[in-house]
Amino acid sequence: MNPARRFEVVPVQAGTHIPVKAEPAASREAGPADVAELECTYRPPTGVWGWLTTVDHKSIGKRYIATAFLWFLLAGINALLMRLQLVRPENGLFGPDAYNQLFTVHGTAMMFLFAVPIMEAFSLYLVPLMVGTRNVAYPRLNAFGYWVFLIGGLLLFTSFYLNTGPDTGWFAYVPLSGPQYAPGKRVDVWAQLVTFTEIAALVASVEVIATVFKQRAPGMKLNRIPLYVWSVLVVSFMVIFAMPAVAMASTMMLAMDRLVATHFFNPAEGGDALLWQHLFWWFGHPEVYIMFIPGLGFVSEIIATFSERPIFAYPLMVLALITTGVVAFGLWVHHMFAAPLSLMGRSFFTATSVFIAIPTGTQIFCWIATIWSGRPRFTTPMLFAIGFIVVFVIGGLSGVMIASVPFDLQVHDTFFIVAHFHYVILGGVVFPLFGAFYYWFPKFTGRMLSEKLGKWHFWTFFIGVNATFFPMHILGLDGMPRRVYTYLPETGWGGLNLLATVGSWIIAVSVILFLLNVLRSWRRGAVAGDDPWRAATLEWAASSPPPTYDFADIPVVGSRTPLWSSADLPVATGLRSDRREVLVTTVLDAAPDNRHEHPAESIWPLVMALAMGVTFIGAIFTPWAYVVGFVLAGIAFAGWAWPRGVKPEEQLRPTWVDRAS
Amino acid sequence: MISLMLALQSVLAAGAARQQSVLRPAGPQADSAARLWWIAFWIAAAVYAITIGTLLWAAWRAHRRVRTGAQPPSSAERTMRRAVGGALGVTVAILLVFISYDIGAGRSLLAPSRSNYLTIHVTGHQWWWEVEYADTLPHDRVTTANEIHIPVGEPVRVELSAHDVIHSLWVPELAGKRDLVPGYHQAVWLQADTAGVYRGQCAEFCGLQHAHMALYVIADPPDRFQSWLASQRQPAPAPGDSVAARGLRVFLGAQCPLCHSIAGTPAYGNVGPDLTHLASRNTIAAGTLANTRGNLGGWITNPRSIKPGTTMPPSQLEPRDLQALLAYLETLK
Repeated sequence: MNPARRFEVVPVQAGTHIPVKAEPAASREAGPADVAELECTYRPPTGVWGWLTTVDHKSIGKRYIATAFLWFLLAGINALLMRLQLVRPENGLFGPDAYNQLFTVHGTAMMFLFAVPIMEAFSLYLVPLMVGTRNVAYPRLNAFGYWVFLIGGLLLFTSFYLNTGPDTGWFAYVPLSGPQYAPGKRVDVWAQLVTFTEIAALVASVEVIATVFKQRAPGMKLNRIPLYVWSVLVVSFMVIFAMPAVAMASTMMLAMDRLVATHFFNPAEGGDALLWQHLFWWFGHPEVYIMFIPGLGFVSEIIATFSERPIFAYPLMVLALITTGVVAFGLWVHHMFAAPLSLMGRSFFTATSVFIAIPTGTQIFCWIATIWSGRPRFTTPMLFAIGFIVVFVIGGLSGVMIASVPFDLQVHDTFFIVAHFHYVILGGVVFPLFGAFYYWFPKFTGRMLSEKLGKWHFWTFFIGVNATFFPMHILGLDGMPRRVYTYLPETGWGGLNLLATVGSWIIAVSVILFLLNVLRSWRRGAVAGDDPWRAATLEWAASSPPPTYDFADIPVVGSRTPLWSSADLPVATGLRSDRREVLVTTVLDAAPDNRHEHPAESIWPLVMALAMGVTFIGAIFTPWAYVVGFVLAGIAFAGWAWPRGVKPEEQLRPTWVDRAS
Repeated sequence: MISLMLALQSVLAAGAARQQSVLRPAGPQADSAARLWWIAFWIAAAVYAITIGTLLWAAWRAHRRVRTGAQPPSSAERTMRRAVGGALGVTVAILLVFISYDIGAGRSLLAPSRSNYLTIHVTGHQWWWEVEYADTLPHDRVTTANEIHIPVGEPVRVELSAHDVIHSLWVPELAGKRDLVPGYHQAVWLQADTAGVYRGQCAEFCGLQHAHMALYVIADPPDRFQSWLASQRQPAPAPGDSVAARGLRVFLGAQCPLCHSIAGTPAYGNVGPDLTHLASRNTIAAGTLANTRGNLGGWITNPRSIKPGTTMPPSQLEPRDLQALLAYLETLK
């Protein structure tokens, strides 16, 4: 490397660049002139245009979270309606046609539009702050991902409210979802929705990986990355390996079977119905871990902060996350134990399904040890973290049970499974997510959520979840299959179903309490300050809410808990403030390596997303949509990639060396 | 302690539903699955109690320490290393025990070592079950629907196939479920150790009437089973009186024979259930309704009010014709 371009960390002694952690953000910047210039450089256009063109990871992250939460509420309403239909035997509230749409849209939206995207949304907001950089890598791609996701969600719910909602289950097994047994456009809506959310998930993963690998603050070696960032890094790799399988299966093979009469899945013409199941579960099982590994990351951050000590056995925790991510790809056949497969092959998947309990158990043991040796404060986020363990472990234990083939053949596709995965997902995703809301809300808005309402929210949610889903274990053992729109009185399932319905309304009340809390605290909550929880990670060094450029000067990290290590947080200076520069560091040691200029606001991501929307929604009706879409996307791409007259990197002013000398 | 557990177990099992409970096994496969469940249940209950107990204890201990202002013990890190390591070791040991038990239980899924099975073909349709008893002589093959009669105490081979979409055959008190996948053939075996009627239900989502796709397995002593089989081999009796004769004419003159067959008459449609011995069955519409004259009349007149989406079309018959048809169908013992 050319020595003239070497970047060095400004020594801590360099006077003006030493910030004092407890002081407000403004006083610790490199200098008033720089901050003013940064403000100017990063100022977004105002008004609607600014809203449409923004590439700020915080704006996009917040609207991503809000959008995903809206889909959660709508899919939750579906769940309430389903519970109302099942409240008693032979209830006539909904017929099978409406009910099948209700549960398909519930599952599809919760999996594709809520659980995975909201985790991505949090990571897009938090990761740049937690690794100490100014924006996520590929900012325009980030905007594009959000628009694509929004179009996908609108497609699903608009179709559903127009009585064209998909009705073959979120797993859309062929041949039921094939052209012969699912005429009409309902399954096509499903197939194209999957395309939208897969593309959004893939671009988000690419951004997160690039940000974590190349934009970490100097000194944040791989073994100093916060556990939450590790968790989303693992998940991003999982998305890249898992999602293409379902995208190919739904967009290419299923959509083509339906649109242009290919026969990938048609057994009468030599196609294979089980091929779909393999492709779907190759994605579908890792999907479970893609949803809840970030939840484990949330819990690690929350427990560390509120136990006032680092998580016990950090290397073991990281290894557990990575092991889970790898082994998750060896489990998919346990969704197919009843399908025609060899008995020998099934026992392999029993072993892997049992084995995956070990890394998850490891993390739970380490959290308990952390709490035991810490100084716990039982705030609302901490309650949700503990509630997560209490609920999730039930789902984990029933998960080990159904790894057994003889037992799974009894409870597969019954309410026992419904109970199992709602314990896993509500326990492993939604509890940590609510905890994360309470924990990072001050960072998002600068205001605290009400602790009092938060505790009400926690306890109603905890009771509601258990009242709704625990009885379903027993219903499954009593022989109640999933996805039935009604049941006969002589089955004796009425009482427990009534209990589950009552529980679902308790959950509804608790979610309303949460919404009230957010609406109240948004404007009138207590002012938070930069670091209300006395936490250790870098995002709390930025002001609340952070400025558009996140950090005026990039912090320098000397430990896993930079904000606990000393009163002063050293910073690295030398990035130009008249351009949107980020510091590029090396993958392993996060040594300063390069500077990279990020693009400014752009309308082209939105145009590209609209072109995709026209293509894929049009493809529900005619294959010619792909031709039109190709042209539109070509135009959008030309606009996106149009040369902006930026000077090559070599001509950047080496300000860094100037300052250090 | 053990007796307390057993008592609790029997209370839980007795509280189970009246029909199709996994916890009231009546055959060897369901029995080994139920035993596996109870082992797993008690292990899981113990693991859960210990884990959550430790969590709450740890939180309480640390909380008390904060209140009294004490510091965590200096040996905390070493204690925790040992505790976490020990807990991991115990976890691995428990999982190994579980897997070995699971392999033992898995053996019950294998076919018993006998060569002369009774073989039954079950075909899944939207939304009913076609049941055919194999025989080397074609005219001795018996076709019925939604009821599987088997002899008690004998393993029966059930070959599965699907006519349209994926279904799953599941009779919880006898055995675990198995999918019926178009393009695939697989076989399971069923055995009932006590005589009785066991309800089952389709377990793979198969469309609009997935909820109403039940079947009954009726396990009879071998001699009763044989006499049932012999009677099923007979064609339908000729109408005994003029009303029944009129009923047969109505049947043949309406749309019925396009889909249904009645052996001994010119009706040999193969889309819907075989009706040759309709009156011998306990239920109609795949276990949805008791087989009474009123239910049958309602079903024929407007099946879609009972099973919305069913492929059986409504029939508009004169009241006298309907009554004659019902009278005829009631003779199909």
